[in-house]
Amino acid sequence: MSDAVMIGIKVVCVLAAFLTLPLLVGQLEHKAMAHMQGRLGPMYAGGFHGWAQLMADGVKFLQKEAVVPAAADARVFRLAPAVALIPYLLVLVVIPLGPGTVAEALDAGLFFALAVTGVGVVGMLMAAWASANKYSLLGGLRGAAQLLAYELPFVLAAASVAMAAGTLSLVGIVEAWNPWWLLWQAPAMVIFFVAGMAEIRRPPFDMPLADSELVFGYLTEYGGLRFAFMLLAEYVGIVVVCALTTVLFLGGWRGPFLSDELGPLWTILKIFALSFVVIWARVAYPRLREDQLQRLAWQGLVPIALGQLVLTGAVVAVTS
Amino acid sequence: MTDLPGGGLARGLLITLRTMGRKTGTQQYPDVQPELPPRSRGVIGLLEENCTVCMLCARECPDWCIYIDSHKETQAPAVEGGRERQRNVLDRFAIDFSLCMYCGICVDVCPFDALFWAPEFEYSEYDIREMTHEKDRLAEWTRTTPAPPAHDPNGAAD
Repeated sequence: MSDAVMIGIKVVCVLAAFLTLPLLVGQLEHKAMAHMQGRLGPMYAGGFHGWAQLMADGVKFLQKEAVVPAAADARVFRLAPAVALIPYLLVLVVIPLGPGTVAEALDAGLFFALAVTGVGVVGMLMAAWASANKYSLLGGLRGAAQLLAYELPFVLAAASVAMAAGTLSLVGIVEAWNPWWLLWQAPAMVIFFVAGMAEIRRPPFDMPLADSELVFGYLTEYGGLRFAFMLLAEYVGIVVVCALTTVLFLGGWRGPFLSDELGPLWTILKIFALSFVVIWARVAYPRLREDQLQRLAWQGLVPIALGQLVLTGAVVAVTS
Repeated sequence: MTDLPGGGLARGLLITLRTMGRKTGTQQYPDVQPELPPRSRGVIGLLEENCTVCMLCARECPDWCIYIDSHKETQAPAVEGGRERQRNVLDRFAIDFSLCMYCGICVDVCPFDALFWAPEFEYSEYDIREMTHEKDRLAEWTRTTPAPPAHDPNGAAD
């Protein structure tokens, strides 16, 4: 009985985080991006500085007609937003917020998180192929190429931390974390963060969307609630990538003081700081060209990630 | 700074961060009225008493948006045995602001100071026909026209 209650509470907490954090990140993006461009951003919805803008957007999406193109593969087309969204929900389950504050502490949590985030890209490929639209298909092909290129440094950087901590458990990694990892694992952190941004197709890595050349890539045919879910997947993706970076490289709930008492607060703070960096990069940098994108991954990130792996292995071998 | 590898990237981040700290350029117009210079060219007003129906404005108007109707009236002689005189009486003076391109030529060519710029600009309408302002409405605009600038004390005396 108490097990069932605990599971219920955990599910509600994860769902609440799943529904509120992306909205907060979205609102942060609205406002931070606006001010970085010398604008005010939304000011009307909700009265105070447009705080309810995203809810108003959600209501608008709800009211729209759910169109499925005649030539589309209707079932796959309808399923794609769910496939894009649900993996990120599942990743949130294994991310530790504080000491003992984790919905499900898996022994192979890192492995689970990396495997499941990869599934999100399948949703994009489904959307691209099922739309029966040339722009969608081009966007999907670019997305597939991007996935192939960036999954590798993403996993290599994570592997470096797993080697350093000697465990695949996310809780174990945070417990093994040491402030000097900030220096030792710095290249891996940058690679993980950049590859994560590419993985969730955030600007400047939004080649699969590329609104100026591909209309809206794999989302061209989507509208209404399905489009909203695809969009939500992007923002949950930001939260997930930032949360993983926090847990793997920034020590999760460990702060400069009161780590045990204020643990979840530190984690949330770090997640939002990283989300701000994601938004910041979007405002500051133009979109990469497809060949630049590939070159960055294969000639930049992968060699550095391999080098980091060697360094980590050497340090671990010497110290143990 | 751009000489270092990645210096350009850092500078991009710095510029956006600095802009975020600055005051935004957004004008919140319907909530906050803009601060316009006093001689803003928002609308053209008519001082009817000064108009002699010379038609110069209507003729110079590049897009022919000024409509003038008038008739002649005969005036009784001013002195006994004098000659009767005729004068123009303005019946209609209208500017179609849906055609007007705000060049201000009419204001410039008016030899009797009957046309003026006024700073009002909030006169949009739901019906394009309402954009033709008749003379009573044009007369209202002259109320917000700022007084002419004082003569330069060092200028030529009359």
